[in-house]
Amino acid sequence: MAEEPVLALENVNLRFGEKWALKNVSLKLNPGETRIIFGEAGSGKTSLLKAVVGLIGVDQGKIELFGKDVSMTKQRELFALRSRAGFLFQEGGLFDSLTVGENVEYPLVNQVTASGQAAPPENPEEKVREALRFVELEHTIDQFPAELSGGMRRRVGIARATVTEPPLVLYDSPTAGLDPITANTIMALVAKERDVRNSASLIVTHRYQDGEIMADFQYDAEAQELVTMDTCKDERKRRRTKFMVMKGGEIVFFGTREELEKSSDSYVKRFVRKGDM
Amino acid sequence: MASGWVGLVSTLHMLASGDDSEVFARSQRLLAFLTKLTKLPVTFLIGWLSAFQDFLLLAGRSFANLFQRPHYWDDVSIQMDIIGFGSLPIVILTGFFSGAIIALQMARALNTYGASSEVGAIVALTLVRELGPVLTALMVAGRNASGIASELGSMKVTEQIDAMRALGTDPLQKLVTPRLIAGAVMLPALTVIADAIGLVGAYLVAVPLLRIITAGEYWSTSWRALVVNDLAQGLIKPLIFGIIISLVGCFYGLKTTGGTQGVGKATTEAVVSASIWIFVVTFLIDKIFVNL
Repeated sequence: MAEEPVLALENVNLRFGEKWALKNVSLKLNPGETRIIFGEAGSGKTSLLKAVVGLIGVDQGKIELFGKDVSMTKQRELFALRSRAGFLFQEGGLFDSLTVGENVEYPLVNQVTASGQAAPPENPEEKVREALRFVELEHTIDQFPAELSGGMRRRVGIARATVTEPPLVLYDSPTAGLDPITANTIMALVAKERDVRNSASLIVTHRYQDGEIMADFQYDAEAQELVTMDTCKDERKRRRTKFMVMKGGEIVFFGTREELEKSSDSYVKRFVRKGDM
Repeated sequence: MASGWVGLVSTLHMLASGDDSEVFARSQRLLAFLTKLTKLPVTFLIGWLSAFQDFLLLAGRSFANLFQRPHYWDDVSIQMDIIGFGSLPIVILTGFFSGAIIALQMARALNTYGASSEVGAIVALTLVRELGPVLTALMVAGRNASGIASELGSMKVTEQIDAMRALGTDPLQKLVTPRLIAGAVMLPALTVIADAIGLVGAYLVAVPLLRIITAGEYWSTSWRALVVNDLAQGLIKPLIFGIIISLVGCFYGLKTTGGTQGVGKATTEAVVSASIWIFVVTFLIDKIFVNL
């Protein structure tokens, strides 16, 4: 039986005035798959992520999230649908008047189903601690986001996006503005999230290394660290990370890492940087 | 706009000096400026109408949310504390001094007609019908419409509102509706307090200070002056003002764009707009009640 894709876009168009934010965009994402999206500023990457969860409406085309058409879904059901997808915002998007713990708890206690509010889990506190432990920030539970560094805030954002164990996580520039070491830590967490929970992920980024980490490494639960996939025999795992390059709202490249590196297109080549990791 | 006026002046200057090509270029620019000027009222009107439509949509959806789950009662009580209890000091001061001032002014005016004994009645009527609700609402608008607009505006520019939506919560349900409830409940309560304190203020002026009337006369005339119509006006007005203050604050907060500067602009617009609406609505309600 064919796997049901968590996300499917079909010929999606979106224009802001004269400018195309999304032009004829189609993509399909199955459970456990990773899609890395490159593109210059203003090429429609963030618009794509926001359109996926219906934060911005599209002009034409079809977006199916968990098998439901986002643009045809009623506002209330949309909130229920959204709570099944994790979203990491570029700046973290944390609620600055709530503590780190309350931020991570937020999606648990405020989850909405189509019939009204869903009952929060038995012990949200334990879930919150678990999610914070996952990003190694359990000790910050009573602090406020303003007291944390940029990288820590991003990690709290990941904890909040994944605390409900969503089958799809959208990352908007998880490593933007961070030093290389912190950036790698963040990407290791993103890869860990994918491998531990087999969630699908859509990752918008500027760093080629982010894609490399997702494509070449996997999380080893026994060793509790990322290990290279060179020895991995599972063909499906090796091919689950695909790359996409966007320009002016259009997808100008789609393929595996090898294909990306072989591309002769000068625009696409700009995003491939080898050996400076 | 300013450059257009400068253009106009220098074109006239140029015409006088007789430089042809320069005159042509400038008159082209002048024409463009005048066209823009004539279009201005139209663009302004369209902008205002579309903003008003957005406001009505926000209001409609926030009211609809009153009857839909989930309800965030925690947020409602927090907002009631901020809007209600937090505004108490300024409302008490405003009420006290407005009562005292009316008594001072009226004592003199009434004395001319030998009607000093009616001071209690006049104070009670003006306070309960008009000044209590309007002054309280203006103070609360200055305090809370700005507070709400800047809070929601900051959340908007730092992607927190988007984050809220992405996490599956309706920002209208979570942010706007609790403020709407808190405003609608707390403003009538605050107004009642302001009215009562105002009567005390007027009493202090009329009885111990000016000695134009006895305490018994003051309280009985002021009490007897009020009829159901006055009390109804005095409670319906703050109910509507409370709704206006909360919704206007939320509206400008949620449509904030352009970073911290935008937050400042939203805050100012919220206070100005809420204050103007308070006066407009007072007029409309008065029109209805005076005819009753």
